[in-house]
Amino acid sequence: MNADDIQWLNVFIAVLGGATRVGTPFLFVSLGECLTEKSGRINLGLEGNLIMGAMAGYGISWLTGSPWLGVFAAGATGLVLGFIHALLCQQPRVNDIAVGIALMILGTGLAFFLGKPLIQPSAPKLAAVHLASWSDNPALRSALEINILFVVGALLAPAMAWFFKNTRWGLAIRTVGESDDAARAMGLDINGVRMLATMAGGFLAGVGGAFLSLYYPGGWSEGLSSGQGLMAVALVIFARWDPIRCLYASLLFGGAGALGPALQSVGVTSGYYLFNAAPYALTLVLMIATSSTKVRSRMPGTLAAR
Amino acid sequence: MSHLKHFQFNAKRRQVLKGLAGAGLTTVMGGFGIKAAQAAGKVTMGFIYVGPRDDFGYNQAHYEGKSALAKQSWIKAVDQENVPETIEVQKVMEGMINLDGAQVLFPTSFGYFDPHILKVAPKYPNVMFLHCGGLYDAKKHPKNVGSYFGYIDEPVYVSGIVAGHMSKTGKLGYIAAMPIPQVLRNINNFTMAARSVNPKITVQVVFTGGWSNPVKEAEAANSLIDQGIDVLTCHVDSPKVVVETAEKRGIYSCGYHANQAKLAPKGFLTGAEWNWSKVYLDYAKMIAGGEKIPNLIRGGFKEGIVKSSPYGKAVSAKAKAHADKVRAQFMAGDFVVYKGPIKDNTGKTVVPQGKAYGQTDIWLESMDWLVEGVIGSTKG
Repeated sequence: MNADDIQWLNVFIAVLGGATRVGTPFLFVSLGECLTEKSGRINLGLEGNLIMGAMAGYGISWLTGSPWLGVFAAGATGLVLGFIHALLCQQPRVNDIAVGIALMILGTGLAFFLGKPLIQPSAPKLAAVHLASWSDNPALRSALEINILFVVGALLAPAMAWFFKNTRWGLAIRTVGESDDAARAMGLDINGVRMLATMAGGFLAGVGGAFLSLYYPGGWSEGLSSGQGLMAVALVIFARWDPIRCLYASLLFGGAGALGPALQSVGVTSGYYLFNAAPYALTLVLMIATSSTKVRSRMPGTLAAR
Repeated sequence: MSHLKHFQFNAKRRQVLKGLAGAGLTTVMGGFGIKAAQAAGKVTMGFIYVGPRDDFGYNQAHYEGKSALAKQSWIKAVDQENVPETIEVQKVMEGMINLDGAQVLFPTSFGYFDPHILKVAPKYPNVMFLHCGGLYDAKKHPKNVGSYFGYIDEPVYVSGIVAGHMSKTGKLGYIAAMPIPQVLRNINNFTMAARSVNPKITVQVVFTGGWSNPVKEAEAANSLIDQGIDVLTCHVDSPKVVVETAEKRGIYSCGYHANQAKLAPKGFLTGAEWNWSKVYLDYAKMIAGGEKIPNLIRGGFKEGIVKSSPYGKAVSAKAKAHADKVRAQFMAGDFVVYKGPIKDNTGKTVVPQGKAYGQTDIWLESMDWLVEGVIGSTKG
């Protein structure tokens, strides 16, 4: 291979590594949102869950010395925010989009407020699994440093797809999401199902936040999330409410986020504004490309009906 | 009575302020705050930061400056963090004047100047507005406005010397927000310093496109390290992520804005820091002594406005000696960085043989090129 090929190989490896590193928060938030939306409710507040989760996870890891307790705490704060969302939304004439936006602002503000003493201290982080210790290529070694949370997320996607398709609970969520009348006819507690789905979705988004603060990029700061939570909500539409597609979409967005820095570091110095904007441009393109009737046909019925 | 009111206002400054601003009463209510503070015989100074005051970076540098003042019993220093560069900063400034009785304000972020300081300053001719940055123009702007700034590219040059000595691969990395003159000047200084040690050294630049984007900064750091870079530095608001990533991957790092040594006990070499505590104390003494405050303050090592972080334990004796020598030359004021011949990284001569631009030369403030040895482009 000549030098040029090696450079391009390195960009490819960096994008691959970025896909798992940058993409994991997207994955957890989009799986959480997918679960919530399947039950017929949209929770736009997951950005708030993500940031609250990042802050709480970091704080608990610092206080207890156990990053895994931090991950759990992050999920728990997400669960609580999900509970508040569900509780408010089941009141008459309450709009779930508006509640979501309010909770997003609340979660972000609360995390900034409570996170003040957490900016300076260094908390124990989650360890990585080194899959490429056989290789002496540093780029490949760093790309194949996989965090266990990514593995959990990647397994969760097919598990969730199977859950929707093959279990009684999955059927209940889908029914509630498709039609209130059908759910009532089946004797399902609509608000109960939606409450559980929103809380579980909130939990996942919180775990996504813990990945940000406890693994990559690591640390707590107020600029930690640059809208990943919001973009992940858009991803669900692009993924047509399919958990496995959520996984692909998250990897794609993670890789796109890694493209700008990777190209510049091998000396492709022009067009970096464009490459840095790649994930956002990609969101727009995908939204336009997928906003067809085909997408709408996959949309949970109660969401499509409004 | 007015004292009592003043006390209550302080307690709930933000809420009261919002109400007042909404009713358009802020200016009418002005006055007794200043009297209250002057009666106590204290110098009251107000500091406003755009981000959190413990960000390991730009805002922390200012906060450390402010904190140094708090030790002086004759100074009352108030501050507020996370103030956006919007009409919000105008409210905060007026609040500090009317409710805390601030005699001098330090709105530290670049974007606070135009239009916000320029709009509030004429309303309060007895208050001095000192902006951190290079935007003040004596011809255009009110008399009670001024600016202060330091030549931080001097300690960046010293960092470059240390980096040049410590690099084994001859490849250095620079993660920067965007290609504006101040950033380019730092990159060029760092590069020229490193190449004065070893002319084969290259500096790879990654522009992240924003002042605070931790995920991109971490991605950039990892990509650069994958390419064999063994010393990394940056020009973003908070160098925390870059320095931590370098430490995690086992390479050297140079800091910026504040001291990041404790984030990287093994690999931290040195860094370029602001020394605002001296600047702020000087201002306070001028006010207490009734002196007229100069509208423009500039300086580098010699004036004590900037400094280098203490050397990390990895730094070799040879590197220390060289860096100390260069710093001494800066202190003496006889070191010129931009002395021809200098070529940019496209091969064009930008400073011809025999030509030299001293530190205060205004030409350097419109820098739009990267020096030979930098891999990167100013055009996105």
